[in-house]
Amino acid sequence: MKIIVTVKQVPDPDIPPTHFKVDEGARKVVPPSGVAPVMNGYDGNALEAALRLKEKHGGAVTVLTVGGPEARDTLKRAIAMGADAAVHINDPTLVDADSSTTASVLAAAIRKIGEYDLIISGRQASDTDAGQVPLGVAEILDLPSVAPVVSIEPSESGLRVHRMVEDGYQVIEVGLPALLAVSSEIGEPRYPPLRGIMAAGRAQIPAWSAADLGIDPARSRRTTLRRLYVEQREARVDLIEADSPEEAGVALADRLREAKLI
Amino acid sequence: MSEKGGVLVVAEAIDGALTPISAEVVGAGKRLAEEFGTTVSAVLLGSGLESAASTLAALGPARVLVADDDRLADLQTDPVVATLAAVVASEEPGAILFGHTPNLREAAIRLAYRIGAAITTDAIALRVEDGQVVMTKPVFGGAAIAEYANDAGPTIATLRPRTFPAAEEGGPGAEVERVEVPADLGSRTRVVETVREAVTSGPRLKDAKTVVSGGRGLGGPENWPVVEELAGALGAAVGATRAVTDAGWVPPSHQVGLTGTTISPDLYVTVAVSGAVQHIAGCSGSRNIVAINRDPDANIFRHARFGVVGDYQKVVPALTRRIKELRG
Repeated sequence: MKIIVTVKQVPDPDIPPTHFKVDEGARKVVPPSGVAPVMNGYDGNALEAALRLKEKHGGAVTVLTVGGPEARDTLKRAIAMGADAAVHINDPTLVDADSSTTASVLAAAIRKIGEYDLIISGRQASDTDAGQVPLGVAEILDLPSVAPVVSIEPSESGLRVHRMVEDGYQVIEVGLPALLAVSSEIGEPRYPPLRGIMAAGRAQIPAWSAADLGIDPARSRRTTLRRLYVEQREARVDLIEADSPEEAGVALADRLREAKLI
Repeated sequence: MSEKGGVLVVAEAIDGALTPISAEVVGAGKRLAEEFGTTVSAVLLGSGLESAASTLAALGPARVLVADDDRLADLQTDPVVATLAAVVASEEPGAILFGHTPNLREAAIRLAYRIGAAITTDAIALRVEDGQVVMTKPVFGGAAIAEYANDAGPTIATLRPRTFPAAEEGGPGAEVERVEVPADLGSRTRVVETVREAVTSGPRLKDAKTVVSGGRGLGGPENWPVVEELAGALGAAVGATRAVTDAGWVPPSHQVGLTGTTISPDLYVTVAVSGAVQHIAGCSGSRNIVAINRDPDANIFRHARFGVVGDYQKVVPALTRRIKELRG
């Protein structure tokens, strides 16, 4: 099975809230010094799912990203984990691309890569939390899509996947080619083995521009980010103090009763 | 008669009953329509929709459009998008609102791309500014707030459940109009079965007035009963952080957070929960948050009304016993 995995480099989502800052004028997050950006968590799950399919059923995995020069590190990590090839769409005109532009660029790149059976993406990126790029890609390429997916198995008609719904999951059959957007339940991304890290060091990663793909970012934009801000919160917690943790537990119950909450 | 530039809201029925988010989307649609001096049309898709359609009509949209067809029974994305695209082509709405639900968010996004419009997902507020709809949405796991406006096509948004005030049921409302379903309606995905995970005990998470959640700070699944016993004493639903559901201590359906269930109970008690932004995004609508955590710097204390800094293994059993005494 030929699998394409889309990945995105994002600010580390574990930045403590007290260090998280935005530049409201530029409508951008200010990267905290000393904290490197990382592969989006769900994209790590997507790559893990692809690698497991490849290991069990054969095939090859190509990872694809849109991002600045630093996003190359994310592709190297993907190769270190076990991806066979990577493509870097690196173009200064795409720095502030909206979801619609990003989906157009990825779809064009996937067409250019050509042969594939399956596209796996993370259900959403931890920066925009929108979850629309993978489904936009599926729509542009006229592929069936399923999201969010928590398990994937080959079947006679293509794939049998589990899709999360409220209170449970649906078992879904889908033909190939298809796009699946996966959730974290599908499996923890592996740590890159040493030989993977060495392979990543040697890997040749082609870089494509928007023009190479026939995309004009100025024409594909559909959204304006008007404001980006952090809501200011004053801590107003009422801390229950007592001589022992057990007494604090009792005192908490009494306070909740006083406040008519229990 | 259809009114071009009106507000189209997409309602949803599960097992033949209109979902609560549908009333919230109608409510949001009505307020938007008032600002624009236009009206709300509600569309409902599925099969066996008679009772849900009359509930929808009672919520007071100017028109109720129903696509009742066996091929829409499972709300698979392909037939839903094809049907909605036909409705949008004939109605030409200025705004389209969906609930941000497992069944419809995928279709909402694909519809936007099909008709060349932009979409904002998981919006928590809508307002009109300079004649444009501005959609507010938490980003970076809830650490920041973004406001978006569309530059192309109708405004499309999916709305976070339990965030917008619901429309109230009134009189019988508008007569139900049947929507012509496209003749060649097919689906490239097929539901083999739907598996519902049994709620282990107590009320359902999303509707509960009281919720108790446990976090990774519990240390391991062997300590989970501490959370369940406290929930039992309070008659509360049991929730968990993403770290806990990813580790498999409890099924994913218990997850409270951005990628789990959004809750807005009167009382939310967290045990050994650090308060990662992605968790806060799913519980910030709680009226009263209680935090029990040994780390005084844990982010959860910035959101809590009451807190205890201490070892949950000692605090919680005492709390549970005292609650049992107080509640008799």
